[in-house]
Amino acid sequence: MISLDGFPVMDADTLTALKKAIDGGFRAFTREFGATVEDFFLPLRTFLIFVERLLVTTPWPLVLLVIGGLVYLASRSWRLVAGAVAALLIIGYFGMWEDTMRTLAMIVVATLLSVAVGIPLGILMAWSGRARAVMLPVLDVMQTMPSFVYLIPVVMLLGIGKVPGLIAVVIYAAPPIIRLTNLGIRLVDADVLEAADAFGASTWQKLRKVQLPLALPNIMAGINQTIMAALSMVVVASMIGVQGLGQPVLKAIANQYFTLGVFNGFAIVGIAIIFDRTSQAFGRRLQKHREAEHA
Amino acid sequence: MLESSTSIEIRNVYKIFGPHPERYIEAVRDGGMCKADLLEKHNHVLGLSNVSLDIEAGYIQVIMGLSGSGKSTLIRHINRLIEPTAGEVIVEGTDVRALKPKALRNFRRASTAMVFQKFALLPHRTVLGNVVFGLEIRGVSRAEQLEEAHHWISRVGLCGFEDKYPSQLSGGMQQRVGLARALSNDAPILLMDEAFSALDPLIRVDMQTILLDLQDEVRKTIVFITHDLDEALRIGDRVAIMQDGELVQQGRPEDIVLSPATPYVEDFVRQVNRGRVVKVGALAKSVSGPPAALRVSGSLSLADAALRLVEARLSFADVTDSNGAVVGRVGLEDVVRTLARSAGETAALEGMASEELPARLAG
Ligand SMILES: Nc1ncnc2c1ncn2[C@@H]1O[C@H](COP(=O)(O)OP(=O)(O)O)[C@@H](O)[C@H]1O
Ligand SMILES: [Mg+2]
Repeated sequence: MISLDGFPVMDADTLTALKKAIDGGFRAFTREFGATVEDFFLPLRTFLIFVERLLVTTPWPLVLLVIGGLVYLASRSWRLVAGAVAALLIIGYFGMWEDTMRTLAMIVVATLLSVAVGIPLGILMAWSGRARAVMLPVLDVMQTMPSFVYLIPVVMLLGIGKVPGLIAVVIYAAPPIIRLTNLGIRLVDADVLEAADAFGASTWQKLRKVQLPLALPNIMAGINQTIMAALSMVVVASMIGVQGLGQPVLKAIANQYFTLGVFNGFAIVGIAIIFDRTSQAFGRRLQKHREAEHA
Repeated sequence: MLESSTSIEIRNVYKIFGPHPERYIEAVRDGGMCKADLLEKHNHVLGLSNVSLDIEAGYIQVIMGLSGSGKSTLIRHINRLIEPTAGEVIVEGTDVRALKPKALRNFRRASTAMVFQKFALLPHRTVLGNVVFGLEIRGVSRAEQLEEAHHWISRVGLCGFEDKYPSQLSGGMQQRVGLARALSNDAPILLMDEAFSALDPLIRVDMQTILLDLQDEVRKTIVFITHDLDEALRIGDRVAIMQDGELVQQGRPEDIVLSPATPYVEDFVRQVNRGRVVKVGALAKSVSGPPAALRVSGSLSLADAALRLVEARLSFADVTDSNGAVVGRVGLEDVVRTLARSAGETAALEGMASEELPARLAG
């Protein structure tokens, strides 16, 4: 009978049995395929470790030079280069150089992975209504599900370490690039697309010569958001063994080291600003033709 | 190229827009259901209704009609940007409906090029980048792309603008880019959907001149859509007039102006200056007897012919073709009557002394 005081809940035994069954099933799956999944992600692990080593072991002046050079290539702004180099010098002076390099490696790899997976998925969504109907709720879950929740199965499968951390970061950071690639392609002027059709362009030619270039401003905005999202996951990722600026923050929380927390927090902010300004300047430079708009 | 070969044949084409065109095609084709009924009863739009049109190779076919009359729909059947619901489209001997996707792309690359009302240029590419677009799609070598592109860029008067972006150009210049892009494709058929309609009147006349000059050189089959009668008469070798998806009249510009088939066409041609549009050749009647004292070319406009007759104080003249051979005779009276009917001033002109005519015509 339905009673009005108290919500009619599933009876406790059934609920427990259900949870047990799912957990048991997943555990069995983990035992069975954990090693396979780990092998699958091995190249990723190798790559991540390579990038991290590169950044940590290369002498710092060289790293500074390369970062400064990259910032300049992307933005063509000496001011931005000076800001980036100064920020990194201060970070290094305060003893956070190595942690910063590790975080940088993680962000770079996570962003590359997000872009490599996200742009094709975004294109698929733009092309197919069905793909879009499937992807949209998935993206919603990826962005709103508290990250601690999906850390559980990831850790069960892959244990503690760099790769599960990387995956957690990518789950949270990939949706913006997927969404904005889809949006950018959908927003391409139908007249221009018709012109491409009239000249006999194939699907691939339309994508390469019309849709992607015209969607580029949105795609760049997506990459920018993806980088920011990845940075915001640094502390969470450090909980499952990712080294870098997140770990001192965790330590600071546990031990109430206010200053330690603030220093590392500001280092994260510093990297975020460098990435943000540089990628935005790059995005603007890519669409010079829009600046030329005359009256 | 064969003289007067048919380039484009459109046969009994119907186009119904909506989710289930096949359900209503019979009602339209065999039951004669009209556009309004189809929309009201079944919520489908009749885009084209039994349109048949032959377009000769090397000529400019103008298609005219009010907005929504189906002009864009018709021109897009030629390169199958729109699929017909029923009917045939044969272009350069190819049954366009039967083409598989790859063959259709090759057909579009090789046989047609298009110029659009809103230019439809690639905003992220420079003038040069836009003009090579069709060649890139066709996969010709970069060197050839550049050679072709530079030729057509200079031909449409855009030398020195190669590195500008479309947003840096005026509308007229943007459409020159559109024209160069289409011409560099070297297709025998050029489709122009209201290509000049978005331009200011003076620029539009400039563009018409460019197009006519180019046509002398390239002799393409051009399908040119406009809703501007002056433009239609200036550009067209043939004119077809559309109303509510139907082709209501087609013929030479003079035929349309001199004998409009329906009140709708009459509305179109009422404002037209016949003195400029109609050539005296259209009024020539065959004669026998001694030659007249004056000879005029058949391509002379009525207004100019009237002036010549009045100045020579003659009442008739012989009309010659482009080779100078006499093809007929025209009388001042016929010329004046034809001129007068256009302005609706028949009464005012009747009985007017011939000395007063030149002033009237010039004013
Ligand atoms: N994709 C479409 N879906 C539904 N109706 C359409 C579509 N395209 C055109 N039409 C309709 O077909 C008719 C002819 O349109 P169109 O060929 O664009 O006219 P025009 O170019 O002469 O202005 C109009 O009534 C228009 O509303
Ligand atoms: Mg139109």
